Amino acid sequence: MTTTTTPVSVTTPVTRGAPLSWALTDARVLIGRSLRHITRSPEQMMVMLFLPVMQLLIFRYLFGGAVATGDVTYVNYVLSGIIVISVMFNVTSTSVAVCNDMLEGIVERFRSMPMLSSAVLIGHVAAALLRNGVSIGVMVGAGLLVGFRPEAGFVDWLAALGLLALFVVAVSWLAAMIGLVAKTVEGAGGLAMPLVFVPYLGSAIVPPSTMPEVLRVIAENQPVSVMVDAVRGLFVGVPIGNTGWLAVAWWAGILLVLVPVTGRLFRRKVAQR
Amino acid sequence: MDPGYAIEVSGLRKSYGAVEVLKGVDLRVERGSLLALLGPNGAGKTTAVRILSTLLTYDGGTATVNGYDVATQATGVRRSIGLTGQQTAVDGLLTGYENLVMMSRLFRLRPAAARARSRELLDRFGLSDAADRQVKTYSGGMRRRLDLAISLITAPPVLFLDEPTTGLDPRSRGEMWQTVRELLAGGVTVLLTTQYLEEADQLADQIAVVDGGRVVAEGTATQLKQRVGAERLELTFADQRSVGAALTALGADQPRADRELTVSVAVDHASDVKRVLDRLADSGVRPERLFVAEPTLDDVFLTLTGRPAGDR
Repeated sequence: MTTTTTPVSVTTPVTRGAPLSWALTDARVLIGRSLRHITRSPEQMMVMLFLPVMQLLIFRYLFGGAVATGDVTYVNYVLSGIIVISVMFNVTSTSVAVCNDMLEGIVERFRSMPMLSSAVLIGHVAAALLRNGVSIGVMVGAGLLVGFRPEAGFVDWLAALGLLALFVVAVSWLAAMIGLVAKTVEGAGGLAMPLVFVPYLGSAIVPPSTMPEVLRVIAENQPVSVMVDAVRGLFVGVPIGNTGWLAVAWWAGILLVLVPVTGRLFRRKVAQR
Repeated sequence: MDPGYAIEVSGLRKSYGAVEVLKGVDLRVERGSLLALLGPNGAGKTTAVRILSTLLTYDGGTATVNGYDVATQATGVRRSIGLTGQQTAVDGLLTGYENLVMMSRLFRLRPAAARARSRELLDRFGLSDAADRQVKTYSGGMRRRLDLAISLITAPPVLFLDEPTTGLDPRSRGEMWQTVRELLAGGVTVLLTTQYLEEADQLADQIAVVDGGRVVAEGTATQLKQRVGAERLELTFADQRSVGAALTALGADQPRADRELTVSVAVDHASDVKRVLDRLADSGVRPERLFVAEPTLDDVFLTLTGRPAGDR
């Protein structure tokens, strides 16, 4: 430390603004923070870039030959499913990051500042959106190299990516909530793991038509399957029926419930410590 | 509110469930001064700081910081304070510079001002060379300095330092003390919690000794020491026989055999020392070493609470 004796001035170099613009600045700054974290944490990079490609190759070449998907080639069938699985993997990092922030002193500091401290969650969700965007881009790119042949037009692409964005945002809020509930960072990773298996209990990897009756009904109608079916239909250019609207209804509904619940949980958690 | 006090607390109470951690705390901190809350772990020091920095609600009493009511004017309080907690509240994945810029932006500095202020603080805290390194590579002392730098971004008039030197090596601790003195010279009001008696003695204008959720004594370091009594002359002897002889010779002075081979006598005045030494010489007992000990804040704690500091 320098041994300078100049005292710190007691003037306040603070600019003032309206509360809403404050909240927007807080969110923007904390989004920037979480985005910086991506390139600095090898785990997040790994899950973002390497894991989805490995999954794609494993399902394309190891299991693909053994699954009958009718008129659609397996790689065309499975890509949307793998995208959804990789979303689940990616948001596990969100649970870990949120839990880490809660355990370190940083949220405490945010709360002692004149700011919207829950914007820290917005930062993590935004980072999850970006990581998943990169993952999806990588998977589509790798998919094209191994036989993925989308038939989607511009509007179909837009609709598919819009649906996926909604899905990612909703699932990352869920992951953030898990991060708030967890008591340790390891625990957060563990608690979020079951998310990864939800797509398997659906239409992500195999058509549910061969499953036992009860399982089949669940697998065909659970919200992740609805999302996968809609995105797959849009990619390969087959009619998606009502799955698109169902997917929107499910995931917008889930998001609308999760955001206030997570916000309240955040406030309760920080007040307890 | 009296404008002379930056922090005023009266009858502050807080319970966690059935456990009452603050049982009616009264504190007043004059502007530009440092009050040390001195007490062992679990005394309620951190709880008090967290309430005053709006992180925790409380159950009874009143508290104002910089004239703002802690319960109803939290934003005013948050604009007035800097907080350096026990956990360093910095982002390990970001660099020191990035941490400061981020926090400056969250404190509403415009981007250019945030960058300039960050450079200035890095320089002031001797972190310029490490500015572009990730904070997870910093030493404990460096993290603590960065943490304090962040607390000073807005040059707040009131600063809470919750055990700022716990876990630091002696050199880093000395540097932290020097920084705190500089801040005081700049007119900042500081509420500091510490378990270190020496720290309170070094820095505090006023000390409040906290134990079991109450302030058990308050005053300057000198006043607290006076409550414990005079300085003592400690005499160390070569063997047990000499100790016995010395105790007999000094009987009128109420000697205490504090430690093995050591006898101590209260001395109010320099002439008392001569009298004691004369009496020993008359009895033919020769002390090996002698030492005049001021009462320490450890003695204060023992006298006030009946236990050594740090014991639960």
